[in-house]
Amino acid sequence: MDFLCGLRGKDFVMVCSDTSAVQSVVTMKQDEDKLVPVDSHKLFALSGEAGDRVNFSEYIIANVRLYALRNDAKLSTKAVANFTRNELATALRKSPYSTNLLMAGYDDGEGGGPSLYWCDYLATLHHMNICGTGYGSYFVLSMFDKLWHPNVTEAEAFEMMRKGVEEVKSRLVVAPPKYLVKVIDSKGIRTLGEL
Amino acid sequence: MARRYDSHTTIFSPEGRLYQVEYAMEAISNAGSCVGILAKDGVVLAAEKRITSKLLDTQAVGVRREKMYRLDDHIACAVAGITADANILINNCRLQAQRYLFVYQEPMPVDQLVRGLCDTKQGYTQYGGLRPFGVSLLYAGWDKHRGFQLYQSDPSGNYGGWKATAIGANHQAATNVLQGDFKEELSLEEAIKLVVKVLSKTMDSTTLSPEKVELCTLSRDEATGKIAYRVYESSELKPVLDAVNDDMTKEKEKEK
Repeated sequence: MDFLCGLRGKDFVMVCSDTSAVQSVVTMKQDEDKLVPVDSHKLFALSGEAGDRVNFSEYIIANVRLYALRNDAKLSTKAVANFTRNELATALRKSPYSTNLLMAGYDDGEGGGPSLYWCDYLATLHHMNICGTGYGSYFVLSMFDKLWHPNVTEAEAFEMMRKGVEEVKSRLVVAPPKYLVKVIDSKGIRTLGEL
Repeated sequence: MARRYDSHTTIFSPEGRLYQVEYAMEAISNAGSCVGILAKDGVVLAAEKRITSKLLDTQAVGVRREKMYRLDDHIACAVAGITADANILINNCRLQAQRYLFVYQEPMPVDQLVRGLCDTKQGYTQYGGLRPFGVSLLYAGWDKHRGFQLYQSDPSGNYGGWKATAIGANHQAATNVLQGDFKEELSLEEAIKLVVKVLSKTMDSTTLSPEKVELCTLSRDEATGKIAYRVYESSELKPVLDAVNDDMTKEKEKEK
């Protein structure tokens, strides 16, 4: 079952996702990257129906790139998050996408810094410090509530991710076997490792 | 056979000109002038009011503010040309700005709004059966990408960013004065003085009065980040105009 989680530090934002591609009751593969870059400093963590997930994210990313080309300016993380929500909400009453996502990004300039958004397939958008989706998040959220603080370091955050995934693996009946962690800071997107 | 090229906006003349577009620009050269100056801490727009009659209800809608419009919290504009045409364009701008806000939950960057409107203007010079908009605009705005900005657009759909510019009657004379007197890093106060001075030199009358001038400023509160759009009322405008009037008479006396 799809599992995503993310947390925001003072100068970075970290996200974790499982890497399973599942079709009905069959696992197709274990190296699916569901942490998709939007631009150099933003990424989507996606879950939901496999086709919808890819189609929707490609549509949004293409539009974000088009905006950058047309206007010679990058959209902020907040703008992309709200644009995504708007598109999901418009599609919801026509041909809905069954896609849940986390949006992580780092903005330069005044009012910039790391930000993390949570959005479900019904187009509910929240700006969060910690968040997650899927059954796994039931274990992880309470743990993050206890461990997270505003000045959390990157090393601490990775340790929180590790503990969280460990809990999911040991307690969740339908736990995926492999997980990927990425971080965004002022330098851009980096892969931290697998869990 | 000249009418063949005059009456259709979509057709080039043999000399490669679009007469209807040129006529629209000409129409603006007869309209009341507008002057805009970009200062380091704001933008100032000033316009000449042509309709002055003691019978006019100066508080009525459309009379109180003849040429200044607020497009969004962070963008204002001044128009020169056919007011009826301008109303359509203003509506278009306001709609665009709110649509952008609806999608991105962020204020629309100024250059995008100008470009969007100029796309509409250009369309009216190309598609059949349409007359170009007889309006030039000055846009004053602030956004997080480029700070304070001043743009100008004409009926052909051309636009550009300026430190100081003028449209309408005698805009060439106004531009000359601006070129002589404009300094980099003007403060808003200095810019207001200069804008009034330029306007007084483009207008027919020798002394300025609040009934004939509209003035607005766009500035930003550094602490809150709020953009302030301020239209000067007659009582606020009077001291500014009087000061410039005094300077002008002194200058003239010197020349004598």
